[in-house]
Amino acid sequence: MNIEIRNGRVIDPANNLDMVTTLFISNGRIAALGQAPAGFKADQTIDATHRLVVPGLVDLQARMREPGLEHKGTIASETRAAAAGGITTLCCPPDTDPVLDTESVAEQMRQRAHSAGFARVIPIGALTAGLKGEQLAEMQTLKDAGCVAMSNARQPILNTLVLRRALEYASTLGLTVVLHPEDPYLASNGCIHEGMVSTRLGLPGIPECAEVIAISRDLRLIEQTGVRAHFATLSSARAVEMVAEARARGVPVTADVSMQQLFLTEMDVNYFNSLCHVRPPFRTQRDREGIRAAVADGVIGAICSDHQPHDVDAKLAPFAATEPGSSGLETLLPLALRLTAEKVLSLSQAIACVTCEPARIFGIDAGTLSVGARADLCIVDPQARWTVSEKTLISRGKNSPFLGWELHGKATHTLLEGRIVHESCA
Amino acid sequence: MNTNNIQFDAQGNLRHFLSIEGLRREKLVEILDLAESFANIGDQAVKKVPLLRGKTIVNLFFETSTRTRTTFELAAKRLSADVLNINIATSATSKGESLLDMLHNLEAMHCDMFVVRHADSGAAHFIAQHVAPHISVINAGDGRHAHPTQGMLDAFTIRRHKGDFGRIRVAIVGDILHSRVARSEIHALTTLGTAEVRVIGPKTLIPKEIGSLGVHVYHDMTEGLKDVDVVIMLRLQKERMTGALLPSENEYFINYGLTEEKLAYAKSDAIVMHPGPINRGVEIDSAVADGPQSVILEQVSNGIAVRMAVMSMVLGRQPSEMEG
Repeated sequence: MNIEIRNGRVIDPANNLDMVTTLFISNGRIAALGQAPAGFKADQTIDATHRLVVPGLVDLQARMREPGLEHKGTIASETRAAAAGGITTLCCPPDTDPVLDTESVAEQMRQRAHSAGFARVIPIGALTAGLKGEQLAEMQTLKDAGCVAMSNARQPILNTLVLRRALEYASTLGLTVVLHPEDPYLASNGCIHEGMVSTRLGLPGIPECAEVIAISRDLRLIEQTGVRAHFATLSSARAVEMVAEARARGVPVTADVSMQQLFLTEMDVNYFNSLCHVRPPFRTQRDREGIRAAVADGVIGAICSDHQPHDVDAKLAPFAATEPGSSGLETLLPLALRLTAEKVLSLSQAIACVTCEPARIFGIDAGTLSVGARADLCIVDPQARWTVSEKTLISRGKNSPFLGWELHGKATHTLLEGRIVHESCA
Repeated sequence: MNTNNIQFDAQGNLRHFLSIEGLRREKLVEILDLAESFANIGDQAVKKVPLLRGKTIVNLFFETSTRTRTTFELAAKRLSADVLNINIATSATSKGESLLDMLHNLEAMHCDMFVVRHADSGAAHFIAQHVAPHISVINAGDGRHAHPTQGMLDAFTIRRHKGDFGRIRVAIVGDILHSRVARSEIHALTTLGTAEVRVIGPKTLIPKEIGSLGVHVYHDMTEGLKDVDVVIMLRLQKERMTGALLPSENEYFINYGLTEEKLAYAKSDAIVMHPGPINRGVEIDSAVADGPQSVILEQVSNGIAVRMAVMSMVLGRQPSEMEG
């Protein structure tokens, strides 16, 4: 099947490309830009005039809820939502049920994604068996089963010796380790940033130092073991400064932040809005500015959706009794554009943070429109206005903290390996 | 989801009473004045007014309480309402689903008001967001968040003794961190224009950002009590001894227990208050609790008048409508 995408503004940050041109797809790969390859005959032509043509988005943190919590979401339902949001590659943390610590679970997830056909699902393997923080998981086996990195998800590894050995072992195999820094004792039973709002609402807080202290410990061990490490979903300006300082010294460490953290703060919890119950919690305006600056200067390379779909009941309770996490797949792309509108990032930078940069961090072959690359891409109408609502969201999880926001930008077409997996007239 | 201040209806009338935060001074004064008009009913031969005749009020207590539940019940009965008391062990309804199911069942019985106490901060807001539009919710204490009728009855007691809030200093002593009473008192007192509100306690029991609520923080009790007109002691829960917040009750009493010696640092006519139940010898010495400056029992009777005021206001009935 040959597809011709005409006259779109093609933005491919990996190749420093930003120009209005025509893109030719053949046999699931990018065949050429500008001039049609010899003998190319389009089976389908898409007019992309006044639209953006960007690589399919690469999301480093998204939970499909399958296996284990299928009432919240399935690989089929959530990859469908991803396609609608222009995302073609999803990395899924191992805190499934059963835990993603065996090749069979990894294989099952890839199979399910393949048969659904909307997006590529790449599992992140468990760092320790059952995420219990006691025994190492079979990392070589998981790597062979297609796991792109290892992580203990949000389960803490209390025993520092176990963490050190896990990092050493992962380093031996050349694996990237994903860390979610949070000291479980300091976080305790907290459910919101410890600060003005927690004081006002009488909710137990998670202090900033829960992240800062965990990240200091982790950074020392990363330095000592030489493992390739990646910090997921950072929330505080201080933690980000420490990553910047470590990177400046040459420590092999990268970081991402969830798109939500770049827009919301503790103030958005307002009067117990459970949609803003997330881990790590939304922190202060100062933290938000610090994280934005770190994304702008490249200390934080990737922005992820941190997608955690929930059933309605999970958010229907007094605040602390609700489940943390927000639905994020479909707001990732429009909010990336909004970062450009708010002059935090250039358009090319914003696209890079959700495409080639995350792909580079995990070493995934995706996130670019180079000739010969897999034709994962999305066509975006940057002017399309839509309101985030329970009706407009396709994900089974309607738990977006942005419900009611009017956003600009919608994927009109999403292509996975040259196949149209999403199309809307938006 | 509507997360704005849902205490008011479209006309700006108080529809629920969930928190003092967000209420203007005039509204608080209106509550205090109305409570004043109810204050003497307890002394009359017939202790009833027919304001809420035909209304059904449900005391929905997910957490045990004697004082608060009883005074709410008395307040409702003195307003001639029918009262239903439901005590639910918290463990059985810690999930939101069953909480909502229970509410919908009660709604089906055509109740007019829920008086709610719950161990989770925000529970009253949550319930108010999900009840049928004809039902009002009064917060009788939610987690560490608020206990607004307690805040108002303390303000009422202070006004009766001290008059003008603009000329007095109030010190709140003890476990501020876990105290919904302290939060509601702080909002009530600052909104009413109190010259200075102080909080006194060890750093383990004072939230870091408490200053943002407009109070001054003291860790030394004698320094904090200097020249205050009102001393409010908070109850120290036994469970604070675990979790490394305090070493022992004994040591707490040494530093923060109110004795006659420490009280001498306050103004000579200072009043001593406590929301109850008191731990004698832990946060307060018996000589002070039962002494001439204590107004602790007065607080309890004032609680009935203030709760009558809030209930009738929320259900839209004023004493002027009484002749009927």
